[in-house]
Amino acid sequence: MTPSAMTLAVVSPYTVPAGLMGVLQAALLVLVALGATAVVLTRTPVRQVIVLSVYGLLLALLFLAFQAPDVTLSELTVGAVVLPLLLLLGLAKVRNGERNGERNGERNREK
Amino acid sequence: MTPRLRRWVFLAAMAGLAAFYAWGLRGLPGFGRYPGPYGDIINRIAVRQTNATGVVSAINFEYRGFDTLGEEFILFAAAAGIATVLRRLRGEREGSARDEAAGRDVPPTSDAVRQLALILTGPALVMGWYLASHAQTSPSGGFQGGVVLATAFILIYLAGQFIAFERFSPVDVTDAVEAVGAGAFAAIGLAAVAMGLSFLSNFLGLGTVPGAVSSSGTIALISFFVGLEVAAAFVLIVSELLDQALLVRGSR
Repeated sequence: MTPSAMTLAVVSPYTVPAGLMGVLQAALLVLVALGATAVVLTRTPVRQVIVLSVYGLLLALLFLAFQAPDVTLSELTVGAVVLPLLLLLGLAKVRNGERNGERNGERNREK
Repeated sequence: MTPRLRRWVFLAAMAGLAAFYAWGLRGLPGFGRYPGPYGDIINRIAVRQTNATGVVSAINFEYRGFDTLGEEFILFAAAAGIATVLRRLRGEREGSARDEAAGRDVPPTSDAVRQLALILTGPALVMGWYLASHAQTSPSGGFQGGVVLATAFILIYLAGQFIAFERFSPVDVTDAVEAVGAGAFAAIGLAAVAMGLSFLSNFLGLGTVPGAVSSSGTIALISFFVGLEVAAAFVLIVSELLDQALLVRGSR
């Protein structure tokens, strides 16, 4: 860090002490790694979408801890809300199609 | 390809990837160390040059405005593509959710969900508007604000019905807002050219107080229009997909 950047740092009542920040960053990195593994290991699609949403939230916190509040906002809205929503809509469509397919099959058998 | 051969190809590729990865990591600067001069220069001059204290926005909408224009049109093209691919085809009809589950109605939205969605709609709207219009003073911007604005409309869907969602965001209006948002960005850039400046250069008054809401000239203006574009694009994408989820492919 250059001296000019040091003077830019503002100390407020919300400033986290430097040592604690490192602990926070490390803890969030571990949580994100665990979260990503949990997403991959969840097999039921709907549950996987919910876990993915939680993972998006963790990722947003990670970006915040690494001082990227703009990316945090993007990740929070897109990763934790919009992406899971789009996936859920896709799943709903697929299920509708499956159910229709089953019903058509039954109808064909009745004939 | 036999499974055995496939495993060997995989292992070879894996080893190659791991080697390149390790090699790449060795070349990286140390954790938290920034080697380039560009960021330091921007940090020194950005606030003085643009009067925007949201330096990220100053970079997004001014120094690298041309990149952002391209990014915005990625979303524009994606929304247009989804609208085209998911258009109503011949032989498809709108089906109510009722006849999907024979013998029973769709469970009604619970009061808790309805209440919560109603309570959150207002704050989401204000928050989105704030984020989209305060790019010059905070690390927000049109993109984040636009997505939050879009979630306000999605909450209307959760609180009410699809019909209400469509009434609050009719597709024609959404289309128009998206086009205006995307077009305005390019238009602001071209307006600078018309004045004899270079594309997307800041031709509006920067204000006297850095960090004031009225400061930063075109940065705030572009961010606002990006917010409109992004909100409309996301509402459009979600409503198209909702439409699809409720759509029944004709069996005949």
